[in-house]
Amino acid sequence: MRHGRYPFIVGFLAAPITLYVVFVIAPYAQAFYISMTAWRGFAPPRWIGFDNFRKLIDDDAFWKAVSHHGIMLVTLPLVTIAIALFFAFLLNVAGGARGGTMQGVWGSKFYRVVFFFPQLLALPIIAVLFQTVYRPNSSGLINGVLMKLGFDPVGFLIKPNLALWSIIAVLVWQSVGFYLVLFSAGMASIPKDIYEAAEIDGAGRVTLFFRVTLPLLWDTIQVAWVYLGIAAFDAFAVVDVLSVDQGGPDGSTTVLAEEIYRNFKFSQLGYASALGVALFFLTLTFAALTLRVTRREAIEY
Amino acid sequence: MTTKTQPVPPAPTRPPTDGGRGGAHAAAHKEVRIFSRLGYLALIAWTVIVIGPILWTFLASFKNTAEIFSSPWTMPAELRVENWSRAWTTAHVGQYFVNSVLVVAFSTAGTMLLGSMAAYVLARYSFFGNRLVYYLFVAGLAFPMFLAIVPLFYIVKNLGLFNTHTGLVLVYIAYSLPFTVFFLTAFFKTLPTSVAEAGVIDGCSHTRLFFQVMLPMAKPGMVSVAIFNIIGQWAQYLLPVLLISDQNKYVLTQGIAQISINAGYQADWSGLFAALSMSILPMIVVYGIFQRQIQAGLTAGAVK
Repeated sequence: MRHGRYPFIVGFLAAPITLYVVFVIAPYAQAFYISMTAWRGFAPPRWIGFDNFRKLIDDDAFWKAVSHHGIMLVTLPLVTIAIALFFAFLLNVAGGARGGTMQGVWGSKFYRVVFFFPQLLALPIIAVLFQTVYRPNSSGLINGVLMKLGFDPVGFLIKPNLALWSIIAVLVWQSVGFYLVLFSAGMASIPKDIYEAAEIDGAGRVTLFFRVTLPLLWDTIQVAWVYLGIAAFDAFAVVDVLSVDQGGPDGSTTVLAEEIYRNFKFSQLGYASALGVALFFLTLTFAALTLRVTRREAIEY
Repeated sequence: MTTKTQPVPPAPTRPPTDGGRGGAHAAAHKEVRIFSRLGYLALIAWTVIVIGPILWTFLASFKNTAEIFSSPWTMPAELRVENWSRAWTTAHVGQYFVNSVLVVAFSTAGTMLLGSMAAYVLARYSFFGNRLVYYLFVAGLAFPMFLAIVPLFYIVKNLGLFNTHTGLVLVYIAYSLPFTVFFLTAFFKTLPTSVAEAGVIDGCSHTRLFFQVMLPMAKPGMVSVAIFNIIGQWAQYLLPVLLISDQNKYVLTQGIAQISINAGYQADWSGLFAALSMSILPMIVVYGIFQRQIQAGLTAGAVK
């Protein structure tokens, strides 16, 4: 039944490829062209070469956004991975060996289920949730507690030097459970003989973690770092919904995605696309660098 | 790649290993105790951090404004169900909810159908341009969606699809294809060829072979990707904000963000809490039922 092969292949690929080219490939390709033009949406785009990118170099908002990405790129993965690894170790290994596998502490299943849940909630909804948690008067969860205890309320989202950290905390809150489950899957595949051998040699829990678990989990951690890094280049939903004035106060929480969207709304279409191109190259550089820097000899076991 | 731990049969107790090295072992034992105590403390703390805000939201959704401002941990004096009904009808949470369900139902179904078709052909048939098409799809994973928003807006508008759920569904499908095709191509490659060959000998057509033989065999992979897509598309915020401006057509994420802004003007905090609770509650129910599949589906992409 050779006949009907090519009609079948074409028939199966036509719809997905059409949809994909029209809505994904075409916009990405056009974006590079539009970034070289001045365009407000009505008259056709006017070619201006690299002017948008020159403007971008002098744009404070752009550099603010980039520096925020820099901060998030370091803190978000570092904090999330540290917490997730610690919990994953507790829930998978710290209970000691029992009946052939390493066990977690008592109640491991419950904790894993609870910690993972935020991953299911949509980020804009989490952002609204934390808007109420962070509210600067007694109706906010944290300040309600603080004021009951006699402290002054803290303006989590209002203080320029605190706002970005409040937003990073929300991202950590959501991510920990996901990476906990990811690391748990990795830890489950580490044979317990290795742990037992180390234990017989007198290794304590801390040594086990740093000398056995961590090196054997390196690949998974690398994947986690890339994922969290990509999340740190996005952060649009949280910043747009949670922060004061969508990226404020005074640009202290803005990210590139927010700047792209703002310029789009004000019909600065060429400039918005130029910011998009910058974001694309930053993301790409990050991914390439991470893979290069974190590459290590894979440990066979 | 589920993370479930196998139930273990009553284990033979481990032979004591501290022969002659009692001192070192006792020290290690003490370390274990301190470590696990600190560990428990941390686990309980994080549980409170995760559950606390959600529980507090549910409580606050039954309070009135005075109670919301008085103390975060007092119980509501009565169950004010009117907050919920106000949020559901006046604040349109019901409408947004139905919109989200409709959009995600169609877009996930479409993604799975088109994605599996493309992946199957790419995994199982060699033809000129196969690799090119595959890499075209996979390349989509490397681009940030924000790069596309300006042209995408005009493409959707010129096709007459701006402000329509149809447009949103089509765009969701298109942007879900790279991961879906990437994942399912790998999955179809792992399936055995013998069953398909038997089907061919029996005179089964290519199309029937796909729908009646291969697709059922690919069910585990399909379920994982479907869950991944449902949750991703349910949480989508940028695309609806970009492509839907008519309030009656808002999806839930967009709607809740809007309600949050309005609550600021109207000072209807209890209504906001009710709206929030309404958008969280279904996720708790779904998670309760499909907890294991959801964890597997969401982490599947990262493990591959």
